[in-house]
Amino acid sequence: MSVNLAQETVSYAPAEGALSSFWLLIALPLVSAALLLLLGRRADRWGHFLGCLSVGVAFVLGLVYFFTLRGLEESSAELTLFSFMPVSELQVDVNLLYDPLSSVFVLLITGVGFLIHVYSIGYMAHDPGRRRFFAYLNLFVAAMLLLVLGGNYVMTFIGWEGVGLASYLLIAFWYDRPAAATAGKKAFLMNRVGDVGFLLAIFLMFATLGSVDFEDVFNGVPTLSEGTVLAIGLLLLLGACGKSGQFPLQAWLPDAMEGPTPVSALIHAATMVTAGVYLIARSHEIFSANETAQTVVVSVGAITLLIGCIIGCAKDDIKRVLAYSTVSQIGYMFLAVGLGGAAYALGIMHLLTHGFFKAGLFLGAGSVMHGMNDQTNIRRFGGLFRYMPITAVTFGLGYLAIIGIPPLAGYFSKDPIIAAAFARHGWTGWLFGGIALLGAGLTAFYMTRLFVLTFLGPKRWTEDITHPHESPATMTVPMILLAIGSVASGFLLSLGLVDYLTPSLGPETEVEHGPLSHLTVTLLTVGVSVIGAALAYLLFRRGTALEEQPARSPLVRAARANLYADTFNETVFELPGRLLTRALVYFDNRGIDGLVNGLAAGIGGGSSRLRRLQTGFVRSYALTILSGALVVTAALMAVTFGS
Amino acid sequence: MTVGQVLLVGAVALPAVGALAVAGMPARLDRAARILGTVIAGAVLAVTAGLALGERTWFAYLDGSPVVRPWHEVDVVWAESLDLAFHLGVDGISWPLVALTALLTLLCCLYSLWTVPAPGRGRLLVALLLAIECGILGVFLSLDLVLFFVFFEVVLLPMYAVIAVWGGLDRRHAAVKFVLYTLAGSVLLVVGIFTVVAAAGTSDLVVLSTQAGAGISHGTQVAAFVLLALAFAVKSPLWPLHTWLPDAHTEAPTVGSVILAGVLLKMGTYGLIRVAVGTVPDGARQLAPVLGVLAVAAILVGSLVCLAQTELKRLIAYSSVGHMGFVLLGIATLSATGLQAALIGNIAHGVITGLLFFLAGAIKDRAHTGVLTSLGGLRDTSPLLAGLLGYAAIASLGLPGLAGFWGEAFAVYAAIDRGGALWTTAGVLAAVGGALTAAYLLRLLRTVTHGPAAPAVTGLPRVTTVELITWAPLVVLALLLGVVPGIVLDTTIAPVNALIEAVAP
Repeated sequence: MSVNLAQETVSYAPAEGALSSFWLLIALPLVSAALLLLLGRRADRWGHFLGCLSVGVAFVLGLVYFFTLRGLEESSAELTLFSFMPVSELQVDVNLLYDPLSSVFVLLITGVGFLIHVYSIGYMAHDPGRRRFFAYLNLFVAAMLLLVLGGNYVMTFIGWEGVGLASYLLIAFWYDRPAAATAGKKAFLMNRVGDVGFLLAIFLMFATLGSVDFEDVFNGVPTLSEGTVLAIGLLLLLGACGKSGQFPLQAWLPDAMEGPTPVSALIHAATMVTAGVYLIARSHEIFSANETAQTVVVSVGAITLLIGCIIGCAKDDIKRVLAYSTVSQIGYMFLAVGLGGAAYALGIMHLLTHGFFKAGLFLGAGSVMHGMNDQTNIRRFGGLFRYMPITAVTFGLGYLAIIGIPPLAGYFSKDPIIAAAFARHGWTGWLFGGIALLGAGLTAFYMTRLFVLTFLGPKRWTEDITHPHESPATMTVPMILLAIGSVASGFLLSLGLVDYLTPSLGPETEVEHGPLSHLTVTLLTVGVSVIGAALAYLLFRRGTALEEQPARSPLVRAARANLYADTFNETVFELPGRLLTRALVYFDNRGIDGLVNGLAAGIGGGSSRLRRLQTGFVRSYALTILSGALVVTAALMAVTFGS
Repeated sequence: MTVGQVLLVGAVALPAVGALAVAGMPARLDRAARILGTVIAGAVLAVTAGLALGERTWFAYLDGSPVVRPWHEVDVVWAESLDLAFHLGVDGISWPLVALTALLTLLCCLYSLWTVPAPGRGRLLVALLLAIECGILGVFLSLDLVLFFVFFEVVLLPMYAVIAVWGGLDRRHAAVKFVLYTLAGSVLLVVGIFTVVAAAGTSDLVVLSTQAGAGISHGTQVAAFVLLALAFAVKSPLWPLHTWLPDAHTEAPTVGSVILAGVLLKMGTYGLIRVAVGTVPDGARQLAPVLGVLAVAAILVGSLVCLAQTELKRLIAYSSVGHMGFVLLGIATLSATGLQAALIGNIAHGVITGLLFFLAGAIKDRAHTGVLTSLGGLRDTSPLLAGLLGYAAIASLGLPGLAGFWGEAFAVYAAIDRGGALWTTAGVLAAVGGALTAAYLLRLLRTVTHGPAAPAVTGLPRVTTVELITWAPLVVLALLLGVVPGIVLDTTIAPVNALIEAVAP
């Protein structure tokens, strides 16, 4: 894509050479998923290898395309395969777009995805449904790649719904567990609520611009009224909030932890939940054109990052703490893409580094569970460092990365976002910057609590645990590779990512700094993080109570109850919904149907005669036709004499 | 006669003759009779497929050409003194429905080869299916209003018999209700048709559509549209005239439900497009907002009521109310996009709901219960059935990439594109209804396929090859229409544009 500064028009170059085959990225995992599902038990023995292979090959292809794209002058490639509706005013093509933004996503999805596939071979080794698991994982990868490679909003939406479906299937993978089945349903449903917004945004583009191609939409934004741009922006944001677990649609994400842990790592940490960030970054032309929309995005990010941190401090389930930390970290990304300008690239950078360390943390959590009879309560862990050193070290590196200790990855990606938040003009800069800073401190606190209670301090195991063990190599090797990513990715990405993304995200690359210099912000951030971590270490180094203690402050009670999000949903949506449903059913049965039945009974003279009406059916039919004929005659006369 | 004309007459005559032949065979040849019926249904499908062949390049809508330009047509004087004509024709609007009818009938006959519900006498069931097919194909192919009405009525009695004889426990009540409702609709239809015919002086649909209401006073048009719309609304069914549908579906045997939901309901929406909108467009324009509001109410109410259903077939039946609401919303917008959405929505609903009813029947036959809570854990005991049910449910909730998406999405778009407070609100509410659709279908999957296995679903007989063969075309079509919606939309676009040009200048 080339951005011409004089005219600000967006245009994509057609795909040529090696890039003309980049549809293979989607096709490979999709075909593999179809094979695994259709072949059934016949593929049980080798299904997981095929699953890994397809994603691995896609990763290699992703690398090839990545370097091809770097060699191109026009750094974009568009591919139109066929048309959904060739003859219509509603031209929707099946077209794909490969540009710098999608290329980094492809590498993240296939790279981290491949590692998690390999990990799953070991993790799911004893599960009778392993083949089905790999089929769903492949389906997810295909849908996610479609999402980021779609060349128009409809294609993105198809991928968007596809990942929702895959996520539903995978959360409810252990379908005989009621909690998992319900969590899957909840996730899909809240996603659909957000998707209503996305879909309406697409239709609004169609109605006002006559097209949903990225090119046409972005070039058409200046012609739209301010209200329309705001409406499209907010509707897209609603979709993004649903998929990314952002306020007010965050409640499904922690429940999604009922799925197998590799799923949590791949879908509910590294890739799918970041789709909202992708959508906003991809639509940056729309959001940049309306300041109100941007402010809303920033506010959503800020609120969510605080919500995630506060609840994260109060949870005892290792996966739920990580889930709320994901909610919170994606809040940072929303904050960044809401700030706009150069911060778009910062949001994407945090997304990539987060993909490494959060996937690593989840795989670590899975490894701990694997060795501890699938327990998840951190109050009953402790002292595991000695028993699973590889897990502890890799988990520890991810932990240091997420709390932003230099020179690990999180430092390079989170620190500039906080600086950019402070740089926002006026008092909002202080507000959002302050929230982001506070969030950093809280993150350090709850992550330290998690690490210390799990790996350090005294053993607080339940009686049935005697010999916790380290996981097999298929699990530890991916963890080690992700840990390397958690250490190095931040520095490497900070070297060139922002420039590389310029063709996709606009020419601004310098983050202005506000009243505080970047150095001050950095010192503050690191300082706050160290204080949070030190506090948690001092509090928890000797372990903690084996059971949850009664909460003394209302804040702790609220945090343990997920800040009453579920209660809120139940009272505001579910309860009235249920009452309305009951009322409607009653009305349907007694009102309309009662009327009809009454009428029928009236004609037949009670239910005993109703049966006779049925036996003397021809007679009544004739009678009806006669009455019909009378009405016809009347109508004919009315028409004849009326005109 | 040209080949096309032979095919047209054949499409209507073959099932009629077949029905008689099958019914006339002696009871000891029951199985042979069913085979004969299935072969005939197959032949009808071949005939309807043949209708799409042949030279169509001349077929272009130019200025001054009639609004309905059939690919093939037969126009024979029937009763000269009454100015009645036996006028059949097929065009892009009707052909997809014709093909769907023939396909579903064939699948139902095929299914009846092996599975005949109590009290047996399968050849009569097959004969009735063929009779219904004759009526439905006649409705879709008629280009004369009187003929249209005659075929419309032909469907009624055989369907009544299918429900009343082969239905469930409460079949009598359901069948009577079905008949009473539909008869009331027929009365309105006949009055509406004669109002139009008397005012316009012809019953020829080609002429009527081309005149587009010219020469009929505004008041008459409104009155006629009200009558016609009510008649078709009963059939579609449009809320609040839908209460016959859940009973009829729940009690009807599997094949009855499939035909009922798959194509019989479409007579209502097809009639609305071709007859009501086509002949009295002034009335349609006047009353479109009312229709749109009712359609949205149908979507929301239908979905909410579904959330409270406890029986498998009843839930799927109620889901039709919501889905047909989308189709009616598309029609109410009176735009090319809206009609396109309605037409592909029709086909998608026929395919998906047909499949859902086949599966519901298979599950009920095996578990001997349709109560959702006693079907839990089906996935454990019959992964194939549960998987197919999941697939069909996901297609039904409008996942893009499967057939259900396009019709519903573009009905919403058509409403938003109309602009104005009313239509925008309608579009937004319909979109919310889409989310509600997901809610009840996911609830269905949650209770039926997930969770620990309930006693009723343990030790279920395996899915037979015949069942798989019967379902396979619908499974494939649900995917194909989702990925390449053009196969329907390309066919319908030209006649839809011509119609809209005449109707909404």
